[in-house]
Amino acid sequence: MKIFTSSLTTTMRLGLKSLMLHKLRSALTMLGIIFGVCSVIAMLAIGEGASYEAQQAIQKLGRDNIILRSVKPPDEAKQAGSGRSSSVEYGLTYNDGARIQSTIPGVERVLPVRIIRETVRFSDRAASCQVIGTLPFYTEIVNLDLVRGRFLSETDEMNQNNVCVISASLASKLFPYQDPLEQSVKIDAFYYRVIGLAREKDTAEQRPQSGQMEGEPLDNNIYICLSTVRSRFGETIIRRSAGGFEVERVQLHQITVKMKGLEAVESGDNEIKALLARFHKQNDYEAIVPLQLLRQAEQTKYIFNIVLGSIAAISLIVGGIGIMNIMLATVTERTREIGVRRALGAKRRDITLQFLVETVILSVGGGLIGVMLGVVAPMMVSQLTTMKTIVTPLSVLLAFGISGLVGIIFGLYPAKAAARLDPIEALRHE
Amino acid sequence: MSQSQPIIRLEKIEKHYALGSEIVVRALCGVDLEIGHGDYVAIMGPSGSGKSTMLNLLGCLDRPTSGRYFLGGTDVSKMPDDELSEARGKRIGFIFQSYNLIAQLTVIENIQVPLMYQGADLVAHHDRCVQLAKLVGLGDRLDHRPFQLSGGQQQRVAVARSLVNDPLMILADEPTGNLDSKTGTEVLELIGDLNRQGKTIVLVTHDDKVAARAHRVIHMRDGLIDREVRNAPRTLAAVA
Repeated sequence: MKIFTSSLTTTMRLGLKSLMLHKLRSALTMLGIIFGVCSVIAMLAIGEGASYEAQQAIQKLGRDNIILRSVKPPDEAKQAGSGRSSSVEYGLTYNDGARIQSTIPGVERVLPVRIIRETVRFSDRAASCQVIGTLPFYTEIVNLDLVRGRFLSETDEMNQNNVCVISASLASKLFPYQDPLEQSVKIDAFYYRVIGLAREKDTAEQRPQSGQMEGEPLDNNIYICLSTVRSRFGETIIRRSAGGFEVERVQLHQITVKMKGLEAVESGDNEIKALLARFHKQNDYEAIVPLQLLRQAEQTKYIFNIVLGSIAAISLIVGGIGIMNIMLATVTERTREIGVRRALGAKRRDITLQFLVETVILSVGGGLIGVMLGVVAPMMVSQLTTMKTIVTPLSVLLAFGISGLVGIIFGLYPAKAAARLDPIEALRHE
Repeated sequence: MSQSQPIIRLEKIEKHYALGSEIVVRALCGVDLEIGHGDYVAIMGPSGSGKSTMLNLLGCLDRPTSGRYFLGGTDVSKMPDDELSEARGKRIGFIFQSYNLIAQLTVIENIQVPLMYQGADLVAHHDRCVQLAKLVGLGDRLDHRPFQLSGGQQQRVAVARSLVNDPLMILADEPTGNLDSKTGTEVLELIGDLNRQGKTIVLVTHDDKVAARAHRVIHMRDGLIDREVRNAPRTLAAVA
């Protein structure tokens, strides 16, 4: 065994020497493998980064949740656009929430939310904001950090207290010099006492307003009790625009249904949709199931990986054929050397090993350079664009392993061809 | 000298080549030959006489169609390929007309090549290889590559290489064919020295001057040994 390993290291050293004899040729031969390995790692890193971001975003919505949102029906929207003034009534209702809570099995909580765009004022400062009317257990369902003070309580809800929790970033706009706690801010005609500061964890999530698909980012919110919002703002929102006005009647903008576990999400999803379909004549709501989105994202990633894998396989095969081609030429060129080695006592398998080792050095060397480039390339992509990239150790290992395998597979034929040569013929070769 | 068993014994060696499907060329037609220990034999003959075939068979590069070939007492005429490789590596030292050094290796590495294929420990044999390089007068060029050497120097590296595995015989195929007469003489004197030290030499040539240095000159014709000439005892006396 010791003799074997020492002779293998000698073979590798000599193989390297033979390759160094034609540096340019060896380098060009390696290029195919270098690009193959590099592109595999880089593409997998970009794909992994993209799917990681998507999954993070989906996970923030909560895997146990089913999110229902009010959407302005498209045909109504057209009418509203053409007329000088219009009145629309649509969306989820308090009854929907109550029905889901009472009839769907596996529901843990139902969180109703009203969202109203308003302007908030404090002394001479003003900022646009989203008034979010909700219930005290909002924090249990949505990712929300309470930085200071407290969130809305059951008592606030019962008494329709004029208290609010505001987003930390909004607070810094309104209160650059004062302590926001216990100050009163004015929204529309009423004053609300600030009882807490909150920081939203996922500003990526956006809420729809009046049927828009895209809403405001989440970091300029004012949380007020649902009962308070109902009594202070009512259900009618009037928007004035040039030469006309628009009236919208929406009870709830969003209902987040928290289910008991993932299985309940699977079964509850269709049941909730069926329930809503019975009570809504028009399609004025949408259901978002993060779990399904997650599954879709995983499916997409799977397909993406297959496509990448095929491209990678093709490029590596092309690289391998390049290596085989050069090695066949090398064998012809070195026929005489093969004859001499055979005469001096080399067995067929010594010759096979010699050429196989040279091929594997080429492909593994190319693989190593490819891995280095493949790790650097995604970093550059991340630097130049906002794309997130993740180089997984598995992809590095995979690309490197395949490059070695390509070397063996495509090296075997030229090496066998070299070993098959008749020593007498080979010695006579010019 | 006293060994009774010959190093080489050929018994009714025949070698046929098939040209196409019907024509059979009989390159050797029943050759008998014995070569003893310490002998210096030259094989001569016109082209087509079976000289090259003889060389290939003696060098274990080929197997006879029929007949038996004993090399150092073992029958190599029916050996499988791998064993034949081993026999070449251990028992025969080759010197070729065109030197046949391996281009990418240095002088010392070229000398080591036969050892490598026997799985020998190169480090342990390093000193001996250096000794051999010194013996052929290239002790100061161990790290030179073949293209940096003259033809005569290259052939001397080949002589050192043929000695490294301490073979039963050295088989030289026109060793001076590519050399000018001066360097050719130098190489021949080197080979003569080896013979005087007890090495068995078999040399194929068509040059009478080269053959004149051998003890026995075997003339071949039409696949058979035509006649054998024993040379003047000048060299024999030196050995004796």
